[in-house]
Amino acid sequence: METKTGTWIEKKGLAQMLKGGVIMDVVNVEQARIAEDAGACAVMALERVPADIRADGGVARMSDPDMILKIMEAVSIPVMAKCRIGHFVEAQILESLGVDYIDESEVLTPADEEHHILKHKFKVPFVCGCRNIGEALRRIGEGAAMIRTKGEAGTGDVVEAVRHARSVMGSIRQLQTMGDEELMTFAKNNGAPYELVKEVKQLGRMPVVNFAAGGVATPADAALMMQLGVDGVFVGSGIFKSGDPAKRAAAIVKSVTFYQDASVLAEVSKNLGEAMVGRNVSQMPEGEKMAGRGW
Amino acid sequence: MKIGVLALQGDFSEHSSMLKKIGVDAVEVRLPKHLDDLDGLIIPGGESTTIGKLAVAYDLMEPLKQFGKSHAIWGTCAGAIFLSKNANSEQPLLGLMDIKVQRNAFGRQVDSFETDLEIDELMKATGTEHPYHAIFIRAPLIESVHGKARILSALEDGRIVAAQEGRLLATSFHPELTNDTRFHQYFITLAS
Repeated sequence: METKTGTWIEKKGLAQMLKGGVIMDVVNVEQARIAEDAGACAVMALERVPADIRADGGVARMSDPDMILKIMEAVSIPVMAKCRIGHFVEAQILESLGVDYIDESEVLTPADEEHHILKHKFKVPFVCGCRNIGEALRRIGEGAAMIRTKGEAGTGDVVEAVRHARSVMGSIRQLQTMGDEELMTFAKNNGAPYELVKEVKQLGRMPVVNFAAGGVATPADAALMMQLGVDGVFVGSGIFKSGDPAKRAAAIVKSVTFYQDASVLAEVSKNLGEAMVGRNVSQMPEGEKMAGRGW
Repeated sequence: MKIGVLALQGDFSEHSSMLKKIGVDAVEVRLPKHLDDLDGLIIPGGESTTIGKLAVAYDLMEPLKQFGKSHAIWGTCAGAIFLSKNANSEQPLLGLMDIKVQRNAFGRQVDSFETDLEIDELMKATGTEHPYHAIFIRAPLIESVHGKARILSALEDGRIVAAQEGRLLATSFHPELTNDTRFHQYFITLAS
């Protein structure tokens, strides 16, 4: 019998297993254990959460492999790690470590201002950010097996995550009502591969799992994104920059499962302590925004 | 026929779609009261630690154990772990099936694989002859079966990937990610 690894079904499939779950940014073994104990379905191993990357400035790169390996040893859930946009050698290194998913992420400083990684060449699956359906389908065309709306990482302000999720979901609804003869123009106007545009119309959803990211700080934020139609949520700075990370992490996990049940949401929102301080995106200079990175 | 799908976390909507495809009503189960009037339950793939913690937090453990004493339950991947008596790790388990499971037994995601399985019982039950194409994702292995549990399918090297104990079914792979409805049909015969 023939056995195949690294197939498209395998890559997409792991993201399907993460659905209805919360993926948490962690910077060390202790945080990774707290995340796993709180019910995270995966962790993102990185040296600095986006809020600190913002505060520190400078160039943000792939994390130290030793730190990633320690987190992989400490938890039984999938471990993701970030590489810079277009930095395929960082991706090769992460693949060799055996991470379960690579995030080609705008949170790090881009290494290529024109091209993303050709992700089909890898056995390890990739997740990429998007602001709209064109960007999402370009990334899937390159081989991303999972998509996340970008939001604005490290702000604790959910407004950009909502903007991007509404844009993607709105376009999917728009495609449902379009005639087949209109799809090529839609593909042209959105810079999206035609075959994938056809597939989205036919499926009535994205061809891969779609999470929300960038600015989720409370259980209500997470449930808001779920009600807008995403499959799950990434929480970056929102947990470990808050007053009581373990409690907030567990509350956000519950809010993603019971996103339609306001009484559960009220219960889990009680006494969570300080949320991350946050930054108002509407008052942020354009140059400081991360979501605009990626093409 | 009404089958519940445990919808705490994981690919429960894929199972629901498969059930609808074979004309069976699918109901999402998040709280104990959702188990009323069901003929069977599927525990989907996902993260077994996440599913276990949520099941404890929302008082589902005891109702699920009781349900499994008189109804059919099928666990895929994380669901199979959750059904087992022993998973070699500290995490909440239903302990309904006499199987010992090893989590992530095949390695990490880059080792996840697809392969064909000859499952005699499944082919007989569905009157088909072609092998079953199985998708394994960070899959658990069924290390051993005890008591009334028996092996339903193994890889060529003998490693167990599906087991059955009366109306309880455990698969370390994901029939819900295929277009092949035979496993769902097989489960329905256990639930009727």
